[in-house]
Amino acid sequence: MANYQDVSLSEDIESQLGKILSLYQGKGQEVIPLLQEVQEQLGYLPKNAIKEISKFLKIPESKIYGVVTFYAQFSFVKPGKNTIKICLGTACHVRGGERILNTIERLLGIKPGETTTDYEYTLHRVACIGCCALAPCMVINDDVYAKLTSQKIEKIFKKKG
Amino acid sequence: MEFKEIKEKAIISFNEFKKSEIPVILVGSATCGIAAGASKTLHKIEEVLKERKIQAKIYKVGCIGACFVEPLVDIIKPKKHRVSFFNVTEDVAEKIIEKYLIQDIIPKEYCLGIFGEEKIDDIPLITKLPFFKEQIRIVLRNCGFIDPENILHYIARGGYSGLSKALENMTLDEVIDTVKKSGLRGRGGAGFPTGLKWEICKRIKGDKKFVICNADEGDPGAFMDRNVLESDPHSVLEGMLICGYAIGSDEGYIYTRAEYPLAIKRLKIAISQMKEFGLLGEKIFGSSFNFNIKIKEGAGAFVCGEETALIASIEGKRGMPSPRPPFPAEKGLFEKPTVINNVETFANVSAIFEKDANWFANYGTEKSKGTKVFALAGKVKNTGLIEVPMGISLKDVIYEVGGGIVKDKSFKAVQTGGPSGGCIPEKYISAGVDYEQLTSLGSIMGSGGMIVMDNETCMVDIAKYFLSFTTLESCGKCTPCRIGTKRMLEILIRITEGKGEEQDLEKLIELGEMVKDSSLCGLGQTAPNPALTTLKYFRDEYEKHINDKKCPAGVCRELIQYFILKDKCTGCGLCKRLCSQNAIRGTKKKPHKIIQEKCIKCGSCIESCKFSAIKVQ
Repeated sequence: MANYQDVSLSEDIESQLGKILSLYQGKGQEVIPLLQEVQEQLGYLPKNAIKEISKFLKIPESKIYGVVTFYAQFSFVKPGKNTIKICLGTACHVRGGERILNTIERLLGIKPGETTTDYEYTLHRVACIGCCALAPCMVINDDVYAKLTSQKIEKIFKKKG
Repeated sequence: MEFKEIKEKAIISFNEFKKSEIPVILVGSATCGIAAGASKTLHKIEEVLKERKIQAKIYKVGCIGACFVEPLVDIIKPKKHRVSFFNVTEDVAEKIIEKYLIQDIIPKEYCLGIFGEEKIDDIPLITKLPFFKEQIRIVLRNCGFIDPENILHYIARGGYSGLSKALENMTLDEVIDTVKKSGLRGRGGAGFPTGLKWEICKRIKGDKKFVICNADEGDPGAFMDRNVLESDPHSVLEGMLICGYAIGSDEGYIYTRAEYPLAIKRLKIAISQMKEFGLLGEKIFGSSFNFNIKIKEGAGAFVCGEETALIASIEGKRGMPSPRPPFPAEKGLFEKPTVINNVETFANVSAIFEKDANWFANYGTEKSKGTKVFALAGKVKNTGLIEVPMGISLKDVIYEVGGGIVKDKSFKAVQTGGPSGGCIPEKYISAGVDYEQLTSLGSIMGSGGMIVMDNETCMVDIAKYFLSFTTLESCGKCTPCRIGTKRMLEILIRITEGKGEEQDLEKLIELGEMVKDSSLCGLGQTAPNPALTTLKYFRDEYEKHINDKKCPAGVCRELIQYFILKDKCTGCGLCKRLCSQNAIRGTKKKPHKIIQEKCIKCGSCIESCKFSAIKVQ
């Protein structure tokens, strides 16, 4: 179950949020782009940010909570420094994607949805990143890694330290 | 600016690209090319050119579709044909520059082929290569041939001439008749006649109508739309404008997956360039037609590819579908008449108006006109994007265009239509690829994902895979989908774990048919297809899992064992090092052994063994 991280907004985050809200008109249909912008800038959606957005758009917090929990992109939890997305789309599945996932789980000691204790990596499994011809693939932050093997994974994570 | 003026400017700009006095180097830079290393290759090329003081222009182009040999680098020397080089890593880039740019010799070992009709030595012509020979490129016409971040390239190659023709010379009804005459059917998967959809929307009286481009390509295994948006975004945008004109709309949305950041970036650039040249806004090309396009990013929900769920998402709601009728063409976004079409559909529209409806209708079969772009992936040699005429046989696609099965293993099935589709076995491989034939076999055309499977793919596992996807992505609104898919998945999981029971197969069929008949939207209505088709064509495989507790393909982890062949194992220790469970024992240079109780059958050992010493039982 998703839980709000009960952290009060720092001054810095409050002012960032204020700047973002000033770019919008306060219409209900803006909720998803607004949430996306907030998450892009803050890395996640803090509880008090939801409160502010609710006031700004004049939509009940429960409705916004419903939108946030519906879409996979949104998170109430601060991610690690690097986000790893292992693709488990059909082509990647057929070409050994599960094996790649198992290798990373072993190397980092975490399962999908979890973050390493040093906050370096957060791991997710995703359905398809659209690089099917070069399966199996993964994305780390904005970089796509393709034609993966267990050995290549070892090299990538040993390099990143 | 008048279209004529813009076109003249475009031709001059494109000539700097095509008829340059210094060499032009084109680097395939869509997401797959970059994933294969194209950015590093490009930097290396820049470095080497600087070092050797060679003058040349470098452009990033889109993807021509031959992903299996990326990174691709093409060189056009002054007054010479374009030469294409493949698998161009940084080392290879340096060698190519040395040999071709400096010594003027084409290094054949890196050369994919030459564009054009004139042969040089025994270097193949690109258009005659098996991968390209059968292809008819309408949607992909510009992919790999233009800089997608330069609107003038698109215009120089014929872009926006269709829109100009429509605005200048055609009535709204004539535009719609053209689309109807072409026979174009929606390429998102359902195949509804596009002209009819536009006509229905046009007929509804209303002062506000919308055009939506569905770029929420969520099918795992599909990346056709991603490529078109990254390599030729204007072909889609022009199609949206033509639609807007025909139905009487002044506002369009393009709903793109957030997982496609490069596509979104290129769309933003394309839209701002359209505004620069007066192709968006008011009085487009001096006519009375006004149109604006906004980009909406998806937020990670497969169900938002369904049109009513997509509309809900744009409206700021949870992406839950609504019953139809009313269809969006009558009552769509903000309850206004809305045409929603797929990326590929719009890219076909702009081509049809550039050329002619009859030209388009010449391709394909009687009821499925034109071409279809497929994302060919899985256990096939030539993976990538292909565009073939409707009606081509699956056999030709897999063996001619696709080059056959990887490592020449035996073909087992081809999956079309993503999580909504089915697996077609060898018996039907001569079937033609069109809407009717694929449906008659229990599958669907779908958006274009085509996954080839060999004898090491377990069909029960595939059914389980697709159902775990659809169960996760089910929005939860209707009971048959929310609970029915889950129950089907539970049965499949038990079967793959060796806990299947005889009545499970009948239960699966009964559940599947119920979910198909009573689900609210396309997701639920098609979710059982992978299970039902695999059960129909591969029932014996299911029975082996249930009765013999065996997985013939060697995939289902609870039913297999890995073991090391003593006579082949050299004791190199690589598998032991890679094993995540410390399940391999052995000393250096002596045959190793797998401890079965610890082994989770992830396959890392088999994948890495250089001596084929590990087998599945």
